[in-house]
Amino acid sequence: MTDLRLRLMVVIACAALLFTVACGGTSHSNGGGGNPGSNVQAISVNLGPSGNYANGAFTSVTVCAPGTSTCQTIGGVLVDTGSSGLRILSSVLTTTLPQQKAADGNPIVECLPFVSGYTWGPVQTADVQIAGEKASSVPIQVLSDTAFTVPSACANNGQSLDTLSALGANGILGVGVFVQDCGGACVAKGPSNPALYYECPASGCVVVGEALSQQVVNPVAFFSTDNNGVIVELPAVSGPQASVSGSLIFGIGTQSNNGLGGAKVYTVDASANFVTTYNNQSYNQSFIDSGSNGLYFLTSGITGIPVCSDATSFYCPTTTKNLSAVNSGSNGGASGTVNFSVANADALFKNNPNASVFDQLAGPNSLSGFDWGLPFFYGRNVFTAIEGRNTPGGTGPYWAY
Amino acid sequence: MITFPVNGWRISPRQSNYPTLTLLAAILAAVVLTTTLPAFAGLGEELSSVQADQVHIQGTLRTTQKPSYTIHEIQAPTGTVVREYVSTSGKVFAVAWQGPWPPDMRQILASYFGQYLQASETQANSRAGRRPLVIEQPGLALQSGGHMRSFAGRAYIPEMLPQGISAEAIR
Repeated sequence: MTDLRLRLMVVIACAALLFTVACGGTSHSNGGGGNPGSNVQAISVNLGPSGNYANGAFTSVTVCAPGTSTCQTIGGVLVDTGSSGLRILSSVLTTTLPQQKAADGNPIVECLPFVSGYTWGPVQTADVQIAGEKASSVPIQVLSDTAFTVPSACANNGQSLDTLSALGANGILGVGVFVQDCGGACVAKGPSNPALYYECPASGCVVVGEALSQQVVNPVAFFSTDNNGVIVELPAVSGPQASVSGSLIFGIGTQSNNGLGGAKVYTVDASANFVTTYNNQSYNQSFIDSGSNGLYFLTSGITGIPVCSDATSFYCPTTTKNLSAVNSGSNGGASGTVNFSVANADALFKNNPNASVFDQLAGPNSLSGFDWGLPFFYGRNVFTAIEGRNTPGGTGPYWAY
Repeated sequence: MITFPVNGWRISPRQSNYPTLTLLAAILAAVVLTTTLPAFAGLGEELSSVQADQVHIQGTLRTTQKPSYTIHEIQAPTGTVVREYVSTSGKVFAVAWQGPWPPDMRQILASYFGQYLQASETQANSRAGRRPLVIEQPGLALQSGGHMRSFAGRAYIPEMLPQGISAEAIR
């Protein structure tokens, strides 16, 4: 396919999706929200608002000042089953939301570490509406390096992800297995606190113990119904594509459209990991994550697959490798073989500059195991069950597919 | 050297007895650690140069002796474990970490933090996307992966790996 035809397809796809999924835009509405009662939200794998994303599933989210009809719908938000909590770039947020404050009146600001850096910015409260679902008055993070000075302990994580170019998205919709992003560790005071939440008087930010109810949360857990998990549904693809459409479905076994069917339940441990076995070695810090943009596993030294010379985050085999691994639940139970392919990432990007869908994009991770990113989701309905919530497949947390 | 987040706590008046006790305990712990255990250093640093940084460590430290290097493992109160690999000449040639949150990367990478930062920013400029960070450059190899509440990674100076030691030994 020529570049011109591909580019035309991207333009058409973006135009068609603009009002529901968005290739970057935001819009205002009074009342916000989607279909009343609907638990299905359209998602799309496309180049995203930065125009260069590979394997990112994007959707739109409506945030409202709590209890009001002052709302804003923000597109280009990454669907991330590997984190919990809604985070929006301050540069795209035009609706004023109330700032969360500590008991002494100082604003609460969060530093959230990611693998490649950190997000920093104030915790604010919003009604979060997606499809026909609504989470009322939940804390979200507004990403900004300038609203409050970044403490050095936060900057020590690496690069700031508070810009469109660094984040590649207008925000992150974290719909993972955890209810809160941090949990009990951040409630505690003293050295066991991992220093995610700060209060910020004019004199500078200091770490605080943050109650669970005040932490940034997976909004799905606070929907009035369909609040025990999500399904990410994306079609099977073969080779690079400009974009594909799919669905983010809320609830597991709560409606006629979200039953487990034949999906196997894979339990996860307290750290949201399960076991992947490859070449007779078991790696118990493996995980499924729609927010990872490839299949990342082990190291070049173990797999024997060379990394790309110019992009060491990816594998560059001379010919496409067809491999398999076995996933199993963290405490036994289900297990199943996953077949996957690793193509030469340099060639994928060079030959398909306008594609956003790469089912054979892979790279090294660390010695700890497999990061089953978005390519794993193509052709599978992947269930993510929230911790402590009952489902027909048992109590979360688990993944099922 | 390594610092885990213990400073900057806002203390309300009714808690005023605890910091004094905590500080006392920290000083006592530091004295014990300094006198009975080896120090903890960042990548590329001299082990002997950082005794003073022990004061900041509020975790437990364990050492394992291998034929051509020593592993110094610290378990921080946050649950994150950092291992530093020290050559027989007393230099830290590798660090590895694992736990619910990443360690202070500037502390454990020391003078290599700038190279880490630059590499992570450069990689974000090609095709966007969340993924593990992998650096393979002269003087620095690094792999960092994981997700919310579970992080793992390692960094090493390839030229300083002891003879016969594979990079896969660093974990």
